[in-house]
Amino acid sequence: MSLQQYVENQPLLQVQNVSKRFGGLLAVAEVSFDLPQGQILGLIGPNGAGKTTLFNVITGVYTPTEGHVLFRGVDVSGWPPYNVVRLGLARTHQIVRPLNDLTVLENVMAGACYGYAQLPLREAREVALEVMEFLGLADRRDMLAGSLNVAQKKRLELARALASRPRLLLLDEVLAGLNPTEIAEMVEVVHKIREQGVTIFIIEHVMHALMNVSDRVIVLDYGRLIAEGTPDEIANNPQVIEAYLGDPKLAEKLLSGEEEDV
Amino acid sequence: MNSWKYPAFWIALVLLLIGGFLPWVTGSRTTRETMFLILLSVALASSLNILLGYAGYVSFGHIVFFGLGGYVGIYLISRLGWPLSLATVAGGLMAALLALLLGLAILRLRGAYFALATIGVNEAVRTFINNFQPFGGPIGMELDFSVYQQYGGAANMQWLTYWAVFLLTVAVVIFSYGLKFSRFGLGLMAIREDEDAAMVMGVRTPSAKTIAYVLSAIVPGMLGVLFFFRNSSVEPHEAFRLHRSIEMIVMVMLGGQGTVLGPLFGAAAYESIRSYLLTSPLFKDLQLAIAGLLLLLIVLFVPSGVVGWLRSRFRKLWRVLE
Repeated sequence: MSLQQYVENQPLLQVQNVSKRFGGLLAVAEVSFDLPQGQILGLIGPNGAGKTTLFNVITGVYTPTEGHVLFRGVDVSGWPPYNVVRLGLARTHQIVRPLNDLTVLENVMAGACYGYAQLPLREAREVALEVMEFLGLADRRDMLAGSLNVAQKKRLELARALASRPRLLLLDEVLAGLNPTEIAEMVEVVHKIREQGVTIFIIEHVMHALMNVSDRVIVLDYGRLIAEGTPDEIANNPQVIEAYLGDPKLAEKLLSGEEEDV
Repeated sequence: MNSWKYPAFWIALVLLLIGGFLPWVTGSRTTRETMFLILLSVALASSLNILLGYAGYVSFGHIVFFGLGGYVGIYLISRLGWPLSLATVAGGLMAALLALLLGLAILRLRGAYFALATIGVNEAVRTFINNFQPFGGPIGMELDFSVYQQYGGAANMQWLTYWAVFLLTVAVVIFSYGLKFSRFGLGLMAIREDEDAAMVMGVRTPSAKTIAYVLSAIVPGMLGVLFFFRNSSVEPHEAFRLHRSIEMIVMVMLGGQGTVLGPLFGAAAYESIRSYLLTSPLFKDLQLAIAGLLLLLIVLFVPSGVVGWLRSRFRKLWRVLE
């Protein structure tokens, strides 16, 4: 096997025994999993389970207290975010972080200029326009990012991440705060992104949508990985139902999409 | 990016050319002295704008680069006999070097902490030079008037330094325009808007901030050489006046931080107000109080400055007034 084949056969992302401690709080505890190329991996867990912290460890915002994060076979634990991103990673934030005083186009161009793609300005502009077209932001290109509504800001986050042409996309609750129509559109978008060969790791609270898009789901509770499996397996896993949802009947309701707000 | 299409570029250039050639047309020395101070302020404010307006970092001690440049220049000219041109370049390089070393050390600080550190830097450099005998300690250094003979006498020298400052001003305005529409400029503005988000987008924030700091220091260093050469002497108290730093910030904020035209208008307006206040018997001691009041009013009511206000008030001007 050549080195290149070896690297390609490696999972795109390997999280090995990662812990993150803040003072006395163990936010992420000994979490290990692999994310193979081309999959959509869902991450669920109650509030405060450590999902966003795990994202922050993977992207380099936090250094893991213990363990290693391997991205494309490279140990990136402790790297600053701008170096991790240059290996082909992009993320969106749970609480949107638009560059308010820049236009929508400039926001997306910044993603294309500085992320994995590392494009010069002129090409970044073309890629940005393409991505904005894809996400339905094209007619807002000259608006200030700060003046967009929440749904549009979510799209902008996604556009900025996509414009960097990532190998791995981390989505942190892109559906939260959207209405059912917007959720359906966004789910459609996520499928299209995967068709382009992008691997996706997604945190989501909107259960029926997450179960619908994910190939595999992992569950965090109090920082620990308590389950891993296909959406069906997870939905029927008694430990998950107990830890995460409390009431098994509530789970059925959530999966059918009746109670979005719980 | 071809900035030539954008009207703001031409507005800035035409205004500068008109102002710059005004003393030459009228032949008036008074006009020249007024324009000298205005151009100097425009260049200082535009330089500071690279850090303050583009990267969003407030430097309260930016005058340190002006003063250091002046010292280095006068030393090289008076003690080592360097020509003015080389001394000016050296002054700029020394300022850049200081900014580089400082940037590596204090740019990991954010917001108010960085601003405080820059004040400390200015005071530290002033105290150091006050005690540094090769630079004349507290007395400073004086130029022998015979130096001016090389430049065609004192009268000619004044024109020469005027044109040099004019050229630097034009250069820094063109440069800050180009920077604003460059890939690097986009990275700086991403830092200004949200530094953590910029890092996750892939902007190498430590080096980008340091480069911005260095770029904003070079021209003030060069201007310091020209100013103190013209002045024929340099002393610590003159070179590192903290309130000049604050005036630079007022100019940038008054005009509109982050725009190219803002520092230009702001500096010209402030410098005009200042020279009026300094010469009016009623207000001459109140100049700084008025600067402070102005800063307060700007921060409270028009935080984006005059140009920023015009841009958001009249959306059609958004692309015109960059």
